[in-house]
Amino acid sequence: MNRHSIRVVRLAVAGALFAFAAGAQAQVEIQWWHSMTGALNDRVNDFAKGFNESQKDYKVVPVYKGAYPESMAAAIAAFRAGNAPHILQVFEVGTATMMGAKGAIVPVQQVMTGAGEKFDPKAYIPSVAGYYTTSKGQMLSFPFNSSTAVFYYNKDMFEKAGIDPNRAPATWPEVMAAAARIKTSGTSQCAYTTGWPSWVHVENFSAWHNVPIATRENGMAGLDTVFQINSPLHVRHWNNLKEWAGKGYFTYGGRTNQAEAKFYSGECAMLTSSSAAQANINRNAKFKYGVAFMPYYADVAGAPQNSIIGGASLWVMSGKKPNEYKGVAKFFTYLANPARQAQWHQTTGYLPITPVAYDLTKNAGFYEKNPGTDVSVRQMLNKPPTANSKGLRFGSFVQIRDMFQEEFENMLAGKQDAKTALDNSVKRGNEMLRRFQKTTKE
Amino acid sequence: MEKRVVFRSRWLPYLLVAPQLAITIVFFFLPAGQAIWQSLLQEDPFGTSTEFIGLENFATLFADEHYLASFRVTAIFSVLVAGFGLAISLVLAVFADRVVRGAGVYKTLLIWPYAVAHAVAAVLWLFLFNPTLGVVAHWIKGLGIGWDPLLDGNDAMVLVVVAAVWNQISYNFLFFLAGLQSIPKSLIEAAAIDGAGPGRRFWTIVFPLLSPTTFFLLVVNIVFAFFNTFAIIDAATGGGPGQATEILVYKVYKDGFKALDLGSSAAQSVVLMAIVIGLTVLQFKWIERKVQY
Repeated sequence: MNRHSIRVVRLAVAGALFAFAAGAQAQVEIQWWHSMTGALNDRVNDFAKGFNESQKDYKVVPVYKGAYPESMAAAIAAFRAGNAPHILQVFEVGTATMMGAKGAIVPVQQVMTGAGEKFDPKAYIPSVAGYYTTSKGQMLSFPFNSSTAVFYYNKDMFEKAGIDPNRAPATWPEVMAAAARIKTSGTSQCAYTTGWPSWVHVENFSAWHNVPIATRENGMAGLDTVFQINSPLHVRHWNNLKEWAGKGYFTYGGRTNQAEAKFYSGECAMLTSSSAAQANINRNAKFKYGVAFMPYYADVAGAPQNSIIGGASLWVMSGKKPNEYKGVAKFFTYLANPARQAQWHQTTGYLPITPVAYDLTKNAGFYEKNPGTDVSVRQMLNKPPTANSKGLRFGSFVQIRDMFQEEFENMLAGKQDAKTALDNSVKRGNEMLRRFQKTTKE
Repeated sequence: MEKRVVFRSRWLPYLLVAPQLAITIVFFFLPAGQAIWQSLLQEDPFGTSTEFIGLENFATLFADEHYLASFRVTAIFSVLVAGFGLAISLVLAVFADRVVRGAGVYKTLLIWPYAVAHAVAAVLWLFLFNPTLGVVAHWIKGLGIGWDPLLDGNDAMVLVVVAAVWNQISYNFLFFLAGLQSIPKSLIEAAAIDGAGPGRRFWTIVFPLLSPTTFFLLVVNIVFAFFNTFAIIDAATGGGPGQATEILVYKVYKDGFKALDLGSSAAQSVVLMAIVIGLTVLQFKWIERKVQY
């Protein structure tokens, strides 16, 4: 069966169930396509269930549509066939693509005001809201699950290697001193590893040191943006990583989150990866661990700045009936409730995306009971975001990230030096940006 | 008297071939036509702005050194998969043909891997070869050889080739076994009486008589390596490290479905289509001449 006919059957089944459940009452159905699995999928279903029970007019139907790229491709195919979902969860690298699709989406701000729902973009943490807001100040999508890159370390291993386990290495030279101790003391074969190489060592690295990733405010001010990641600071960092890899201090862990398993299985002593990994680490790690700010270079003026987000937001698709948009708006209001936001943050490890949710969590004593869970928020709020650290917006960024990571791998494999790897990244990335610029009219 | 069935009705023959034609048109000609049309367009993923740009997608592709590198990777990968796949299964089939006791068990075991989905096979081998957890990786390291498919392109290539070959051996094995069993025993016995040893009997009698099967399998294996292996690549390496295992069909998938660059992806699939048509024509023109039916 091809994809389309599967969808038809699914719709038919869903429709039949819906007709059965709704009985005579005409409920408006809202389709919500998402990419949350496991415990996160349960939370998503809880949201829908809670909303559906709270009122009678609308019914939100959450549908898992595969990983982020898959659900996005599915929604695009559905849009072209004229039956897109109402709400689509899109990962942060897809943001520019969604923004470019003017006729395919409805700005969330417009949905809310159109339905007469209260909506205040200023209620969100600036570096979260900024990510989804146009250069003209219109908020396009509804922030949902955001995370940022943080530093994890194995306290038991630190102790064994004779390093103070209560003080996390704050700078990159300190990380490497710790790595050297761990290696030479024979504590572990793997000292440091990282998830999401581009996100951590290009995107967050730049924001954390307040240096641009690209011109035009990292692409947020216009499509004519040009990458600038071959600066001396970037070259210095990549070159260090290459050298540390050569000495065995840094072990490459793959392009996505594979490195997280290397950390919680007790193989590697230190890890930089998503703050959302903490739930998994908590469940699997059989050792004491610490969470800390991302390391930085102390001699860089202004560092550390603030980190930037990953994760996803909710987009409203175009071509639906006004009544359906009203339901979407009501559902968003339900989601935006501070207590629900706080609970989402506490149960998932995603950032509290509003300061109110953060305060609620803090006042409830959650952070004292669960040390380390506030590191991500404090890192996001470390300083007011600058043009270099409020986020990024690049077309075709899925491909571009892969290119950066290919160059990174080729560098670690000894095929090229750091300068060449970053020069190539800039060159290849810029070619993609120009191609995207041509297909997208501003 | 000659027996012939002739269709008296004018529409019946058309009706009888209609289902086959319909399937071919719906599942081959229409998508292929759409791919060709799409390859001439530049549009955003949602199709809200479409522009006809002629052959620009192709021009961009062939100016991209990384796309050209993908050809080399595909050639190496296909030759390795088809070569090893055919050689190993031929050896296994020749042995299976000689086994007297327990032949059924032996054959069944050899056919099993074919039932394993490509992606599952890839994950299986990925585990065996995982530098930290894998048994095989442990052995390799025990031999004093460095093993890191995450960074070493050759190691990654070995990994995907092993997974693909393992998955394809059963299919090849079945055909070779059937081919071997259809070779008249009298020919081999006659050669044996004339004093030809097992090696000579194989190369002068069995192998040439097996050539139609070998030829058929060669075509099938090349097509398999070109088209059906993307699940293996996706699950095992994702095309990395660098672009060491990024074969053409994987790039089509990645650019089209993950990166949503439809124009380029369509252009790539048109190129791929041309290559496979060209290869098949070549194979039939050149190699088939040497095949003895």
